Amino acid sequence: MRFLLVEDNLELADSVVKRLGMDGHAVDHAENLAMAEDCLATAEYDLILLDVMLPDGDGRAFLASKRADLETPVIVLTARSQISDRVGALDQGADDYITKPFDFTELEARCRAVLRRRNGSARNEFKLGEAVFDPNSGTIQHANESIDLRNREIRLLEVFVRNPGQILSKSQLLDRLFSYDAEVTENAIEVYVGRLRKKLDSVGVRIETVRGLGYRLCI
Amino acid sequence: MIRPAASIGRRLTLLLAAIAALLSLLSWGMVSSFSGQAAARTQDNVLAASVATIAETLRSEQGTVRLELPYSAFAMLGAISQDRVFYRVSVNGETLTGYDDLRGGRIPEVPGEVLFDTLAYRGETVRMASISRAVSAGREAVPVTVSVAQTGNGIAQVTSGLSRTAAMLSVAFFILAVALSAIAARASLRPLNEIAQAVSRRGPSDLRPIRRTAPRELAPLMSALNRLMDRLGQSIRRSEDFITEAAHRVRTPLATVRAQAEIALHTVTGDEEKKSLRRVIRAVDESSRSTGQLLDHATVAFRAEDLDRRKVDLSEITRSVVESLSPTAEMKDITFDLSSKPSPVRGDAILLQTALRNVLDNAVKYSPPETSVRIDVRCEGKLAEVEICDQGTGLGAGPVEHLTERFRRGDNVAGVVGSGLGLTIADEVMRAHGGSLRLRNLDEEGTGTCVLLVLPLA
Repeated sequence: MRFLLVEDNLELADSVVKRLGMDGHAVDHAENLAMAEDCLATAEYDLILLDVMLPDGDGRAFLASKRADLETPVIVLTARSQISDRVGALDQGADDYITKPFDFTELEARCRAVLRRRNGSARNEFKLGEAVFDPNSGTIQHANESIDLRNREIRLLEVFVRNPGQILSKSQLLDRLFSYDAEVTENAIEVYVGRLRKKLDSVGVRIETVRGLGYRLCI
Repeated sequence: MIRPAASIGRRLTLLLAAIAALLSLLSWGMVSSFSGQAAARTQDNVLAASVATIAETLRSEQGTVRLELPYSAFAMLGAISQDRVFYRVSVNGETLTGYDDLRGGRIPEVPGEVLFDTLAYRGETVRMASISRAVSAGREAVPVTVSVAQTGNGIAQVTSGLSRTAAMLSVAFFILAVALSAIAARASLRPLNEIAQAVSRRGPSDLRPIRRTAPRELAPLMSALNRLMDRLGQSIRRSEDFITEAAHRVRTPLATVRAQAEIALHTVTGDEEKKSLRRVIRAVDESSRSTGQLLDHATVAFRAEDLDRRKVDLSEITRSVVESLSPTAEMKDITFDLSSKPSPVRGDAILLQTALRNVLDNAVKYSPPETSVRIDVRCEGKLAEVEICDQGTGLGAGPVEHLTERFRRGDNVAGVVGSGLGLTIADEVMRAHGGSLRLRNLDEEGTGTCVLLVLPLA
């Protein structure tokens, strides 16, 4: 997917670009509203992440003025957890908001929810042999059949399909899947891999165990 | 609450009523005295006419004075009232006819002049008129005095009757005047009440100047009020800006730290390093959560002072909060089971959202993955209820009433990030709306928590 990140704090922007890049997303960074205008004029984005306080203006005002001819969903990044601010952001036409500092797992979950609500305007599908996996809707389409995946299964499969042919260790998978306040052990990964294998049975895609190293997706 | 000083309306009414009472009393006194005087004058005139008539009939016959008492002289006296009448006609001080003991009045010196006296006669007070006339008896003229006296009972009766009527009229006038003064006081205070109502009808955050036409006397008050609201608005905006700015300055670096730590977590391989990076992330989460809830708590305290009491649908508010928290729940594969009926309540939508968000946030936080949180919005009699039940760790064995206290956390939640303010906020919002928050374990074993939010229906 292609994101536009409008954020004036360069360090934060840098880490967001890197972190989303690790999940295979392309992120353009605009430092202010003027740059954001330029980016929007030249490229198509699946989603916009918009900071509220920017050097050349208020992100919400920008949103309000743009909303009429902007089809791209917008998630507002706010530093304030006070609910009035969030409500304000939604009133101005944001699709959702997330409070800084944010958990990338949560950011992703919110992006997915927004894109799903917008009826999948973004093409973000993966081929699994003869089947098609859509992480936004959390389904695998295979021979006129739709297989529903739960959130953690979607996340797990997404990590596999974004790293084709690679061996992924349990600890790598753990880091990607869980937000860090949950006390999750590597055993949980085994459980989720087991479930995902069952659902992938009919599709003809396997998750191989590489003894002592981790797992690999074989299409 | 300000203890009101004496009301202007009542003071005005009392003042006007006192004036009315004084005027009534005065008019009663004047009417009584005039009517008394008028009655007395009438009696005097009739008495004068009576003595004059009698004096007319005096004539001399063969050297003696003779008199034929005319009936009309007494009939005219009877016209006033049924009083007793006495008379005496004397020649040179010798009684010619009448009551011999009717003496004591002054004897008029000038013929034709009528003199009046009030004197005691036979145990009664009488009014007496006397007239003198010279009647020629033989060679010389002799002075003849005619006196007619009448008791004053009838006059007193007439006077007191008139005075009673006057008193009744005065009382009626007084009552009417009091009623009119109350109306007048209310009418002149109406602009003041209208302004007060216009101000009190406003929401807590409405600080626009009052645009109403007010009487000239109230203009200084109005402009002072508007200036005060303007200053208040500015100071609120300044402190809001300050909070926004402060939150921005604190949270943006925190966000950077968290993001960097998360990236590092994916690149380092050592278990020890990973462990300490997780600790960093956890600490960031903890501090961001606490600042958020402290701000929420301050908002609740501020807004609850002067609560917005608009009609809102509790089920709509619940639905929007559930929707906004769904992605967070989805991360743990927790599903929200929402069943709701329209439940109108009066209150501040933002506060109610804050309360529900904190309770639901707790439910998600303490629920194991792949469970469901049941949310039920319903009306019970005169109450609207929201029940939120999770399948989490429950409230532990300790007493549950204290869990709504500030910074108090259950004794079985050591592993979860939290500040202990969530339930406090929800509880305070409920109290501010005249409702309550109740906690219980879902079942005997203590797994699962039910939070019941109760509010009066609108």
